[in-house]
This record gives sequence, C-alpha cells and structure tokens, in this order.
Amino acid sequence: MPDTPVTTNTGNLALRTLESHDIEHLRALVDDPKRIIVGNAIHEDYSHDELHTLVHAPEVLIEAVSTAEISAIMRYASAKGIAVTARGQGTGLVGGAVSLHGGIMLSLQKMNKFLELDVENMLLTVEPGVLLMEIAEYLAPTGLFYPPDPGEKSATIGGNISTNAGGMRAVKYGVTRDYVRSLEVVLASGEVVEVGGKVAKNSSGYSIKDLMIGSEGTLGIITKATLKLIGQPKVTVSLLIPFPDLGAAISAVPAILKVRQVPTAVEFMQREVIEAASEYLGRPFPDNSADAYLLVSCDGPTRRIVDESVDEIAQVALGHGAIDAFLADTPERQLSVWSTRGTFLEAIKASTSMIDECDVVVPRNEVASFITFSYELQAKHGLRLMSFGHAGDGNLHIYALRDDLDEATWTTRVEAVFAAMYDRAHAIGGKVSGEHGIGFAKMRYLASSEQEPTIRLMQAIKRAFDPQGILNPGKIV
Amino acid sequence: MTIVALIKQVPLTSEVALDPKTGVIQRESGETKMNPYDLYALETALRISQTHGGKTIALTMGPPQAEAVVREAFAMGFDEGYLLTDRAFAGSDVLATSHALSQAIRTLGQVDLIITGKQTTDGDTGQVGAEVSEFLGIPCVAAVQQLLEISETSITATSDTGTTLMTVRVELPALIAVDKDIHQPRLPSYVRMKQTEKRQVRRITLADLPDTDRTHYGLEGSPTQVVKIFPPESNTDFALWTGVDIPGRLYEYLQKEKFLQELA
Repeated sequence: MPDTPVTTNTGNLALRTLESHDIEHLRALVDDPKRIIVGNAIHEDYSHDELHTLVHAPEVLIEAVSTAEISAIMRYASAKGIAVTARGQGTGLVGGAVSLHGGIMLSLQKMNKFLELDVENMLLTVEPGVLLMEIAEYLAPTGLFYPPDPGEKSATIGGNISTNAGGMRAVKYGVTRDYVRSLEVVLASGEVVEVGGKVAKNSSGYSIKDLMIGSEGTLGIITKATLKLIGQPKVTVSLLIPFPDLGAAISAVPAILKVRQVPTAVEFMQREVIEAASEYLGRPFPDNSADAYLLVSCDGPTRRIVDESVDEIAQVALGHGAIDAFLADTPERQLSVWSTRGTFLEAIKASTSMIDECDVVVPRNEVASFITFSYELQAKHGLRLMSFGHAGDGNLHIYALRDDLDEATWTTRVEAVFAAMYDRAHAIGGKVSGEHGIGFAKMRYLASSEQEPTIRLMQAIKRAFDPQGILNPGKIV
Repeated sequence: MTIVALIKQVPLTSEVALDPKTGVIQRESGETKMNPYDLYALETALRISQTHGGKTIALTMGPPQAEAVVREAFAMGFDEGYLLTDRAFAGSDVLATSHALSQAIRTLGQVDLIITGKQTTDGDTGQVGAEVSEFLGIPCVAAVQQLLEISETSITATSDTGTTLMTVRVELPALIAVDKDIHQPRLPSYVRMKQTEKRQVRRITLADLPDTDRTHYGLEGSPTQVVKIFPPESNTDFALWTGVDIPGRLYEYLQKEKFLQELA
C-alpha cells in the first residue's frame, strides 16, 4: 500500500539525496546525454510497476548500455552512498523495480542484444534487457527451446531471473532458476564477476549464481545471462477439461500428474474470470458449459506419443468427475484457449478500479481448500476476489478488486484479507510467493512467515553483498 | 433440415517454403489439420441444427487419410460424414473440385443448406462454394457475417461485400460461405470422439456419382494451367522522418499515395 510505513535495509550508511555535482559526475560516465534523464523529465511510468501499489520516482534515470558503464556508476554510487534500483520492463507486481528511496534508476532495456547461441552446448547468452517473447522468436527457427513460460511475455529476461519467474510450463520443465547456467553481475562495489559457467554440473562452493536468481536487484546488477536450452518439443496438444465445480477440478489434479508423461501445464480457471477475459478480448471462449476448468497441455516429439498422454489424461479426468475433455490440437484452437488464459491479469485489471495480488504457493493438495478459504474471506470482509493459477504446482494468483471502495476501506479490507490468506498459507506449509517475488509489497508477509533465524540469514546475505545497502533498498528483507 | 458442411484437410502450417528453382512447395512434414476456416462452417451448421433440429453431414474430398477431418466433425457433434475419394479426382482444380463436390451432394438426397468456410489455407481461392452452388443451380451467399433468420423455406443473412453490408434472403436449398468469426468454433470433444470411433465415414467414388465421365474430373477436367509458382514479393523498405511538422508531411504523403479518401 502506498501509505504503508517504509522499513529499510540501508545498512550503516544513510542514503544520500543526489546533488547537482552528483548529476554532473554521472553525466560524465554516460557518453550519450540522452540516456541520462533527471528529475521531472523522467516519465511517470518509471515511478511504479504494473500494479501501481507503490509509487516513488527515481532522482535520475540512466539507460545503461554496457557492463563497464554500470560498473562505473556502481563505483560512484557506492562511494557516495546513493541508492541504485535496476529495472527491466517494469512488469513486476510487487514494487521490486520501484526506486523507493529515489537515487539512481538503472534501466536495462537498452542492453538487449543476443550475444551467443552455442548450439553444441545448447546455451544462449543474452543481455538482461532481451524480452521473453524475443527469446521465443529468436529460437523458433533453431530447433532449440527455452522452456520457462511466464504469462508476461514482454518482461525482460533480467527481470525474470531477478524474480525466479515460473510460468505455465513449470510442471514439466521447472522455473527460471533451472535454466540459468551463468550470470555476469556488477556488484555493489562496481566489481564485475561471472558466476556459474557453461558447465552442466557444478559443486564448486556456495552457488552465488543461485543467490542472485530471485534476489530482485538487492544483491547485484545482472548484466549478462547464459541460459540452458533444450530441444524444441515438436507437438503440443492442450485439453480443456470442464468440471461441475472447482473442487472437483482440483481433486483430479494429483491423478493427472501421475500419468506416464508429465503434462507441461495444469492450469485452473473459473467461469467468472473466463467471462471477464472474453469480454476484455471481445472474443468468446470455445466452451462455457461449466463452472470450472482445468487446462492441461502435453508436448512431445510426435503426435502419436502426445496422443497417448492426451488419451490417458482424458480418461483419468473423466474418471474423476470431468464432464468432457475438449481437444485444442491445432495452432488456432490452442490460441482460442491460451489467449484467453494469457489475458486474465489484464482482464481483471480492466474490470475494476485497482487491484492487489496474492501469489502464494501451497502444497498441491491444498489448492482447492485454499480457494474455498479465500471465498469465505471475500464474503466475510466484503472484498471482491478473483483467482486463477497453476494447479499443477500449487501456485495461486488471487486478486483483490477495489471497485468503488474508498481508499481507507480498500486498504483496511485488503490488508485483513491478505493477512488471513498468508497466515493460512503458512499454516498449511505454503510460501508467500510462488513466482512474482517479495519486492516491497510482500516484505511483511515474508518476515512473518519465515523463521527468525532464516530472516537473519537473509539479512546477513544482503549485508555480505551490499554492506552499504545501496542496491534496491527497502526490498525483500 | 439437412445441412451439409464442406470441409478440407490442409497442411498443418501455412508457412511453406518454395524451391526457388523449381517453384515446388517444400513441406517439412505430412502433418495436416482441418482447414481453420471450415471450423466456422461446422460451428454454424451445429448451431442451426441445435436450434432448428435436423441432420448435419460433413463432406470432404481428398485422399483416404482425409477421413480424419470427417472424424473430427463427428467429435464436434456432426451426425454423418462422407469422404469423396477416387484416383480420378487427383489434380482437380477449383472447377473440377466444385463439380465433383456438387455431384456428391446430389447423391445425399434432400439437402436444404450447404455451408462452407471462406476459403482454404492451402488453395486460398475462396471459389469452391460459389462454383458448387452454380453447378447445383441454387442461390449462394458469400462472406456471411451473421444469420438473421432461418425458416423451413428460407435463410436471411448479412453478407460483408468489403465496402457494404448486405442483408440477403434466399430460398432454400441454398449455399452460404461463412466468414471467420461468425461464431467461436467449439473444440472437438474427447467423449464424442470415443463414442463415434466406430461410426462409418462413407466413401463416395466416381462410380457413385451421377456424372461418371472421367474427363470432367481430375487433371483432365481442370482448365487451370499453372504457369509458374513463386513466393510473393515482400517489401520492408521504410523511411525515417525527423524534424518539424511530421503530421503534416504524413498527411500529404498518405494523400499522395491515395490512402486517404474524402468523406462523402
């Protein structure tokens, strides 16, 4: 919430407000004056992320173009105690890329080059500003494939790595962390390190690379990433499976996950959200006969192999109360289903005045009970909720909708509902964030759901990387 | 009411490469699918039969493996399916194909309405529907956006002629070619697919047709001569304008290139 008291992790040194001589010095470090924007000239977009729940403008925006440049900027920032917030496309949902303490915002959008496709080792090296959709487009003709598939395709790979983004194919292929082989990182001091490597295995000490993944710009600035690729699956078929209600749909998931070939995706969706998305897109959904659906995808090398999985999954679903199983087996049919699924967040946003989100991950067998619990909260607190998510990995996206509530009522209700949801998630063995990260918005829930020694360790890690607390201050811990 | 939907099996992807020397289409694999435009014809037929009753029949022409698209129509809810197949039909152009389809329709008994998609993604002519109706001597409405009224004896539809929306009423039997997006096509049902696994897709061959003259079909019956096949030219030229009065220059440019039209 915008008016929530700010807690910071600024270490021992107080963060400084930039003065004119700082700006002059920074101008000297950036060779093109157009890439350094100061004060009111900075576009309003750079003061918030996708959700607008945290709004704060940086004092200076630098559109970085090289590791050397970022290194020089970090050397100056650490010498002078100036906050630095890295930002990709600003598509985050938890305020991670908002410069809460002003200072310098480093936009990495212009560092968007493909550096190397190593076909033999099946590795792709990119700059952090490359977009997820550009990676898919780049790899399409090569026969190689980068599996992570977060819904926001216009996000940068740097942002994806910084939040350890998940996405729809996590059930079979895992998340971003599973596909990062090495990173080039500019540390708070300005030193440049390469962590990880082109190797397939690595037991060489603490994995700094893995600490960097999901660190949301608080431990260093990622300036290059080498990603692991796999062979492109040749055939994908999706099944849209209608159920009489969400409980029945979710109950079928464990059995569906036990089939011989693991599905790539198992999403759940409900009529209300589908209707909002259809209205938003101006295109009807191919089926509207049921209250709840599972959307399951299978991929593989041949249609025959995929059809075997499809057959097995359909039989299992029908045995667990599914009404039918509809086949989306051509690009057009898949588009008719997945384009609706892909627009849920935008559609929910468009259906109300403001939203806030809860991205909990719970054990898979608790998904249905958690959604039921959220409905009870909706009625109890008078706050409209809409949800969808990844049934296959227990990651739920539950959105609170402000509608016409006044600021105070909205804040009170959303805090009460979210506190109850995070408490419940914690009680059943869940975690605060499945894939969107902690940023600023979920800090208090992280603090209350992790054990105190764990939080202390996280704080110590932060201090080890960034003793002055200049990197994205006020985030995570 | 008996409704016949004309459908076709096409390559899975429409992005085919042409051999620059021979002009022959290079298809990476033999993978196929239902022509996506035909899904709208199937959906329209199913909706009419659901609200007005009657029988739905899917008819395709092609090699034996084209039976797959008829089975798909079964999985979407079609009652009957026919595959028009014979070596004599190989190499048919639009005219010969339309003649063969019209002949096959004559063997199906009383047919009230024939529905086609707008075009196919492989041939792309968009002419088969109109030519079938001509062979059968029945009215044809192309580019149907919306069906306004359906009775036992007539159908009223809105047709998009490109510049005008035309409302047309035709007596049945008639043929309509429906536009993309007239309805959202339903997905094939796994349950129906299993239920119809053993349902017969009836074969129609040259011998079954009223006109058995081979010279009316296949290469012999096709007046179309393909002289050359080549990929369309693509133009990625662009101009970058900087300076003052860009909107004014853009307006003048669009006017000069005749992209602008005075409002009447």
